[in-house]
Amino acid sequence: MDAANLAVAAKYIGAGLAAIGTGAAGIGVGTLFGQFLNGALRNPSAVEGQFGRLIFGFAVTEALGIFALLIAFLLLFAV
Amino acid sequence: MAEPGPAINPIEQFELTRVLRIIVGNADVSITNSTVFMALVALVALGLMSMTAKGTVGVPGRLQSMGEMAYEFVEGMVRSSAGEEAMRFFPMVFTIFVFVLFANLIGFFPYSFTVTSHVIITAALALLVFFTVVIYGIKEHGLHFFKLFVPSGVPIYILPLVVAIEIFSFFVRPVSHSVRLFANMLAGHITLYVFGSFVVMLLAASAAVKVLAILPFAMTIGLFALELLVAFLQAYVFAMLTCMYLNDALHPGH
Repeated sequence: MDAANLAVAAKYIGAGLAAIGTGAAGIGVGTLFGQFLNGALRNPSAVEGQFGRLIFGFAVTEALGIFALLIAFLLLFAV
Repeated sequence: MAEPGPAINPIEQFELTRVLRIIVGNADVSITNSTVFMALVALVALGLMSMTAKGTVGVPGRLQSMGEMAYEFVEGMVRSSAGEEAMRFFPMVFTIFVFVLFANLIGFFPYSFTVTSHVIITAALALLVFFTVVIYGIKEHGLHFFKLFVPSGVPIYILPLVVAIEIFSFFVRPVSHSVRLFANMLAGHITLYVFGSFVVMLLAASAAVKVLAILPFAMTIGLFALELLVAFLQAYVFAMLTCMYLNDALHPGH
């Protein structure tokens, strides 16, 4: 196996490893919405006031998954 | 990559091309497709927003209520996250919000260019906010501004560590602020492109496989809806974080 093939293999392995991060962000988003539903079912009257915070938390959490996805894409297409 | 079939090149859509070549000295200040679309975004935003403000009447029509909704939305965001005094920064926050929102949305049109998918654009916006916070904070509060880095009620023996972390996180802000927006737009457009090219690849295959093209096509439609949400959300988050950082400039000290 020559160096060029090895580099391509390493690139794909790296992209695969980077994609694990999206799963981690999935855990975060799941926790976020799960906890929100948990709270919302206990006190449905507070839902309206907290919706903005929910969406904000979702965007910030989801961005971390996007960062991981970005690294994977960079490895696949730009390196 | 030695793969058979049509090659996927999702990066191509972000390429900058010179529309008008201008070289001043050693600096390349050419008009690129990014410049053209930025001007378009500014024009559309300005045109639409001034149309909503023209001839306001007691009972607002569709356009006017859209403009008022946008105004009240950002107003509520500024007031709730940075306080009453932050309203002097309202024009800046509103401009940033509208510019980012329109840039994100215009990027969805086929053959168009997403201005916010380039880190240089978002970094410029984030640095604008960063320097506004620093300059306004120091001008208004003087040395008191640096209390931002010294949280109250921290035991003295871990204070140096906390201060170091606070200073570091303060200077990392423009990085995370800009990368969040740019990475979301970039990854969103790449994902749409990849699923779109799956449709093309399956349609190029034999008749039995062609039917399967409906699956990535449905996925593309779903992703498009998600990306529309993300386009709005990221504009909201960008403006929201701007408000939170401005809050530090207005009320330093925890």
